[in-house]
Amino acid sequence: MKTLHPDLHLSLIETAIPAWQGEISAGDLQLICHKVRAGGGRLVALWGRDLRAANTAKPKSDELPASEQAGFMLHVLLLNESGLLCLNLPLNADLPRYPDISRIFPAADRMQRAVYDLLGLRADPAQDQRNWLRHAAWPVDCFPLRKDFACNPRLPLSDIPLSNTLPQAGEKTIDHSSAESGSQTHDDYPFVQVEGQGVHEIAVGPVHAGIIEPGHFRFSVVGEKVLRLEERLGYTHKGIEKRFESMSLQQGAKLAGRVSGDSTVAYAWAYAMAAESIAKLTPPDTALWMRALFLERERIANHLGDLGYLGNDVAFSFGFAQFWILKEQLLRNNAALFDHRYLMDVIIPGGVSAGINEAGKQCLLAECVMLEREVHGLFSLYEEHAGVQDRFVGTGVVMPKLAAQLGLCGLAGRASSQGWDTRVQFACAPYGMLDVKMAMQQNGDVAARVAVRFDEIFESLRLQRDIMTNLLGGDELAYPLTQLPANGFGIGMVEGWRGEVMVALHTDATGKFERVHPHDPAWQNWPVLEHAIIGNIVPDFPLINKSFNLSYAGHDL
Amino acid sequence: MKNTGLILAIVFQLTQLLLVVLAAPLLTGWVNQCKAWLQNRSGAGVLQPYRALNKLFHKDAVIADNASWLFRITPYIVFGCMWLAAAIIPIIAVDLPFSRAADVIALVGVFALARMFIALAAMDVGTSFGSMGARREMLVSFLAEPALLMVLFTASLISQSTQLTHIVETFAHHQFILYPSLAFANIAFVMVLLAENARIPVDNPSTHLELTMIHEAMILEYSARHLALIEWASSLKLFAYIGIGIALFLPQGIIEAGNWAGLPVAIALLFGKLVLLGAGLALLEAMTAKVRIFRVPEFLGTAFLLAVLGLLIHFLLGT
Repeated sequence: MKTLHPDLHLSLIETAIPAWQGEISAGDLQLICHKVRAGGGRLVALWGRDLRAANTAKPKSDELPASEQAGFMLHVLLLNESGLLCLNLPLNADLPRYPDISRIFPAADRMQRAVYDLLGLRADPAQDQRNWLRHAAWPVDCFPLRKDFACNPRLPLSDIPLSNTLPQAGEKTIDHSSAESGSQTHDDYPFVQVEGQGVHEIAVGPVHAGIIEPGHFRFSVVGEKVLRLEERLGYTHKGIEKRFESMSLQQGAKLAGRVSGDSTVAYAWAYAMAAESIAKLTPPDTALWMRALFLERERIANHLGDLGYLGNDVAFSFGFAQFWILKEQLLRNNAALFDHRYLMDVIIPGGVSAGINEAGKQCLLAECVMLEREVHGLFSLYEEHAGVQDRFVGTGVVMPKLAAQLGLCGLAGRASSQGWDTRVQFACAPYGMLDVKMAMQQNGDVAARVAVRFDEIFESLRLQRDIMTNLLGGDELAYPLTQLPANGFGIGMVEGWRGEVMVALHTDATGKFERVHPHDPAWQNWPVLEHAIIGNIVPDFPLINKSFNLSYAGHDL
Repeated sequence: MKNTGLILAIVFQLTQLLLVVLAAPLLTGWVNQCKAWLQNRSGAGVLQPYRALNKLFHKDAVIADNASWLFRITPYIVFGCMWLAAAIIPIIAVDLPFSRAADVIALVGVFALARMFIALAAMDVGTSFGSMGARREMLVSFLAEPALLMVLFTASLISQSTQLTHIVETFAHHQFILYPSLAFANIAFVMVLLAENARIPVDNPSTHLELTMIHEAMILEYSARHLALIEWASSLKLFAYIGIGIALFLPQGIIEAGNWAGLPVAIALLFGKLVLLGAGLALLEAMTAKVRIFRVPEFLGTAFLLAVLGLLIHFLLGT
């Protein structure tokens, strides 16, 4: 880590996983990224901060380090085998530009566009400068994450051309506000066009025939064969990052648990880990074991649900119903033992809010036995069903080489030989004592992602048993943590069921949140889905999409 | 005397008309209920399709601004076609007035007419899903139709007539003979039935994934009474197909028109057959997964091949 660049002076971030940070200049960014990339490293997250107000209060002097004078700060979080590396790049207040790193890490492309939409920091010279999270909801020169952005403004109609497709009938009765919202739905987003004989486009979403999250998919197809898919996300952008800034530590914990509902444990843990890293607090042992228990239960529940849905997508409803019966049983046990079906708010900064007694342990052990038996049965059912295997095998292939190039992570990554699992490589307590076995496949198709899910269910059931034997009845569930120290920076990263979930916290001079950045692995994996579908047929897209099962809410923030 | 015979036949015809239109959703409900049971679910009950129809008839229809008359008229045409088809097929009694009017080839034509309208209406609004569904429907149907005709020809060759009434009379009211050619035709017919009624493994009637739909994609733009009529027509179509299956392969118990005494037994027998065949269909669907759309030609090619084999066997063995 130290040998990356002579000018890079690293300092350790005290958090549960190995992490360093260091300040760099704009000129070194690409160089260091190249080196990390060449060493097999990946990009985890990219976010910026507005420091203009905080730094103008300070006296101007050449003695001060660049970070004390900067208008903005860009944070690039990289990951290699030795741990996390957070590069801090101070940017000029008047011309906040930084070198483009999307050629080194393709996953950076959308993150850079989002950073521009929200904060106005421009990657230069980026290939793709289209808006990403900004639809027509706010003007182009308005950056919600800047400190001078009012939280509840009536935004003017700015660069948005008035739509001429407003309904003609009854036009006079439309009052101004609805006319405004009518025009704001008009959003010119230049999709990449595919030219050629017989090529046509299929536009899907954001409103779908089923009750699912909104996303737009633009297929360019010849007959049934997909030539290109382009995603358009951001429909569920609700300003979570801005909202965090006006929240207390406890309120923030609740919000973190609601960034993406299916990963509530992972987000809450990552948030708590980041807060504890700033406060230099280690939660009680019991709390750590409980957290691991919650995380594995969340993983099992989601994998069960996904395996059911994958059966449903090939119209094998029998599998769908059976897996969902099992998932429902698990959720009911959650509700009975921990007061929440999806385990929201059970993890709090400083520890956990729910413990388990002897009867609860017996209940979970019985559930483990039941799940192991049933899932084994369903595993052979899927394995031996010719129709199901015909649909799974060879569909939506992401070859390991492509996966490495694009930075595919998490569950989908492990199905394409990308051996990253935070629980294994950077085993924070209590995973250090559990010896997690990583599930890996190399075919990169739907069948591989199904196989990884099955393996992870069995491994998680084993872990759950081990946790139960290790979990001694300590009474203390949490140490008090109500206020964070001033000017702190903490990072938390947890292997959620979809991949690594990261939360970064910055506190200001009074110990309040200055910036909170949750990062979902879906950021890395959505672009890979566009590649996975190429050459497949249109009716296979839902199946491929479901095999990744990426988050919209966690991505759109 | 001749007049009373005609009146009786007309009364029988009307009975059948009413029976099929009222009982068709029940068959769909039964199939769905069986599927639910096979998946360890409790299911919504056999009356669910009636509730759904009732709900849809009470809603306001939303129609795209650029929809033409074709879009509006199609549900009625489709419903009419399917009702007519279900009325032509002798399921309770042979020698009904309608069945003389149309033979099996005309029956296939009635199905084709409905399909043509629904495909045109799907493209009328101009959504990508409509066109996609219409395109796929045409792929499926142009392969299914010849296979269906071959099945019907096999039966026609045996009974020396393309009139369904005659076919049923030959099979039901003469001495019981096993026809090996019909065994092949039977398998082919089941495959065609699955394809034509948007069942698994060709299509999935309960899917919500637009991109995988065939039949559902064509009717995505329909709502309220229009959707109700189309759903009802789908039920009638399934009823009609199972009716053809009964007429060709299980005709025992179908009575002559005017046989009042036999009517209750005939209706009871029909219901028994429908219960069994509906459960069989559910079992078939529960066991299979949907095939890739490009496997559908293989699937229907096999159906066609089997039907032709049936024909050849008929020629080889004679009757």
